[in-house]
Amino acid sequence: MSYEILGITVLWTFLYGYLIVASIDFGAGFFSFYSVSTGHKNKVHRVIQRYLSPVWEVTNVFLIFFEIGLIGFFPESAYYYGTALLVPGSIVIILLAIRAVYYAYNTYGISNNGNIVYMALYGATGLLIPAALSTVLALSEGGIIEEIGGQVLLNWGAFFSNPYTWSVVLLAIVSVLYISAMFLSYYASKAEDRTAFEILRRYALFWSGPTILASVFAFFQINRQNPEHFQNMLHIAWMFVASLLCFLAAVYLVWRRRSLGWSFIFVLLQFAFAWYGYGRSHLPYVLYKYVNIYQNFTNEAMATAMLTAFIAGFILLVPSLVLLMRLFLFDARYIRGNSPKKGS
Amino acid sequence: MSLNDPVMMSRILTGLTLFVHINLAAIGVGLPVMMALAEWRGIRTGDPHYILLARRWARGFVISVAVGVVTGTAIGLQLSLLWPTFMRVAGRAIALPMFMETFAFFIEAIFLGIYLYTWDRFRNKYLHLLLLIPTAIGSTASAFFITSMNAFMNMPQGFTLKNGVFTDVNPLMAMFNPATPTKVSHVIASSYTVSACLLVAIAAFSLLKGRRHVYYKKALKLTVVSAFVFALATAIIGDFSGKYLARYQPEKLAAAEWHFDTRDKAPLIYGGILDKNNQVKYAIKIPYALSILAGSSPNMTVIGLNEFPKENIPPLSIHYMFDLKVTNGIMLILIPFIYILRKRIPGMRGAVPKWLLIGLVALAPLAFVAVELGWFFAEVGRQPWILRGYMRVSEGATTSTHVPWMLVLFVLLYLVLCVSCLRVLGKMFRNKNVDDELRELYPEGGGMK
Repeated sequence: MSYEILGITVLWTFLYGYLIVASIDFGAGFFSFYSVSTGHKNKVHRVIQRYLSPVWEVTNVFLIFFEIGLIGFFPESAYYYGTALLVPGSIVIILLAIRAVYYAYNTYGISNNGNIVYMALYGATGLLIPAALSTVLALSEGGIIEEIGGQVLLNWGAFFSNPYTWSVVLLAIVSVLYISAMFLSYYASKAEDRTAFEILRRYALFWSGPTILASVFAFFQINRQNPEHFQNMLHIAWMFVASLLCFLAAVYLVWRRRSLGWSFIFVLLQFAFAWYGYGRSHLPYVLYKYVNIYQNFTNEAMATAMLTAFIAGFILLVPSLVLLMRLFLFDARYIRGNSPKKGS
Repeated sequence: MSLNDPVMMSRILTGLTLFVHINLAAIGVGLPVMMALAEWRGIRTGDPHYILLARRWARGFVISVAVGVVTGTAIGLQLSLLWPTFMRVAGRAIALPMFMETFAFFIEAIFLGIYLYTWDRFRNKYLHLLLLIPTAIGSTASAFFITSMNAFMNMPQGFTLKNGVFTDVNPLMAMFNPATPTKVSHVIASSYTVSACLLVAIAAFSLLKGRRHVYYKKALKLTVVSAFVFALATAIIGDFSGKYLARYQPEKLAAAEWHFDTRDKAPLIYGGILDKNNQVKYAIKIPYALSILAGSSPNMTVIGLNEFPKENIPPLSIHYMFDLKVTNGIMLILIPFIYILRKRIPGMRGAVPKWLLIGLVALAPLAFVAVELGWFFAEVGRQPWILRGYMRVSEGATTSTHVPWMLVLFVLLYLVLCVSCLRVLGKMFRNKNVDDELRELYPEGGGMK
């Protein structure tokens, strides 16, 4: 495997990791708020908080990791995306800021009951952030970022009038809710919390329909936006079929209330197939026609150094993440809530 | 200054983000160390007061970490959003430390999360304490990596510049440039100092308000001694930084000292003002001190500003930043020193006198201001360069015209964040006093004295 492919695969994998953990986190924030405002609070809120509290900080790092890695491996992308994304990028920063901070205030700062305004901010940003972030996928297809006379510009008209932009936004929002509900159903069943499980199962089944419809819609919009990319996707159509099969398996298991662990693994596979299929067919471009992974790769010395750092970092990171998961995700006593209370 | 000037606006916005972030970053690096110190003492001596100290610090720490993560994310993204051309060029040489910084941050985030939620989960108490080691290493390592990138901007090396592109890159040489050792150690030591000073101020403030609990006295002693040690270390490293500047960035040192003519036996100028003809007035001149600062010998020749072309000279106002930061630094050593020696001073055998407590409370603002001034001095002092000797600030900024609006947005954001952060922190500690917490933690009477 060439350095270029290796580099982009590493980055794409981290973005996949972010997609999953952030979706769980974003969706959980929304459900948490929703459950409070509909009076289901005591049934699901606790399960959600138990999961979220120790992991919220880790989620952010995935995103920064991707951004820094992208600039490191493909410095040209800093120039194009950096210039064009000033406004949307700043808005995402602000949303992320509000979300993280008010989460922390709510969880650690205020006494038991929580603050409904903080929770509303938390829930709303949980849907706005994925919507805003996903538009970068639309930008990367080309035709929206243009370089005219040595200046990089974002064509706002093309950006907003583009059906593909809206299809990825829609897909991002519904799949956040779907992934999150699927995970939380599994988590609630591990916690042996029947009431929470039943509510979360309903959410999961409810959001599965829109998710698959939005996926199909986005799939065909790519054809209009970037036919070359769409043709590439058809060459590896089996990956998208596999994704669909995993989706069916996951929903079936939740519907029958069986093997929820497996069900969530199928969700992971569903998004993995779609994500890597999409990414693979997008190559060799990071930004269509402007940034190409072969022509705009960093020098060899930096590539080697970064891959070495990556392997070393990974050796540290994986056991730490496993430890975190064993302590908080797979520790039945902690999940059921027999452990000491938060933060003190 | 024009609103349509993306370069100036980008500088202000970046400066603003860092202005906010640096405070929180310094706490993020230093507090885990202080928490470890308190918890370790608590476990060793079996004294519940120290354990409670660590717990209360940890609780406040999470809030500051939350805001710190947020401003850190902002600066991480703003680097590319506001300085895209710089990142395109420099990314080829310094992506490595930035990349490694994210790993360090990952480790810190993971272990801090575990630490906060496992206070009573392990039977062996040292196991919980051990979790702070990766947390502290992670935060210190991330300070190391990101500061080495900043050092590179001051002292670029490890590449050849060909047609605007860095070739023959040696990432390790770029990372371990001559500025790295002094810069990194100064940043880490000063972060420890700031954190210790903040905790000194909290303890001293409680005593000033008349709380007599022995808990506060223990807290004060532990933190003041730490602050003294860290501040002394920071000052010693600061002296090395002076020698570094004299050798590698003489224009920054000369501008800081208003040192115009190259000469030996150079005096150090403290305070004063410059008139139109660049004559120094009303300043205190300490003979030989600049030569000693620059090279440990009064005969050391110090290069003056007149040797440099005008367009490469940093603003002369950095003199005030330098003087003030050094003054603050000296206070940070002096006040704790008086506290430590107080029992030998006649008439001071009893409780800590009020004036000294006020002085100890002042350590926190002094330390934070010193850190800000230090960074302002370091950053403004390398103007007009973004990559000293290679790229000017004006060549690295974005060309987007939307920066002023983003500046307004971020000013609002930071105002809201800082005000709410302080309010939440205040509320947290007012709601729970030490006695109640001790009784909650140790119901069998580990509590009141």
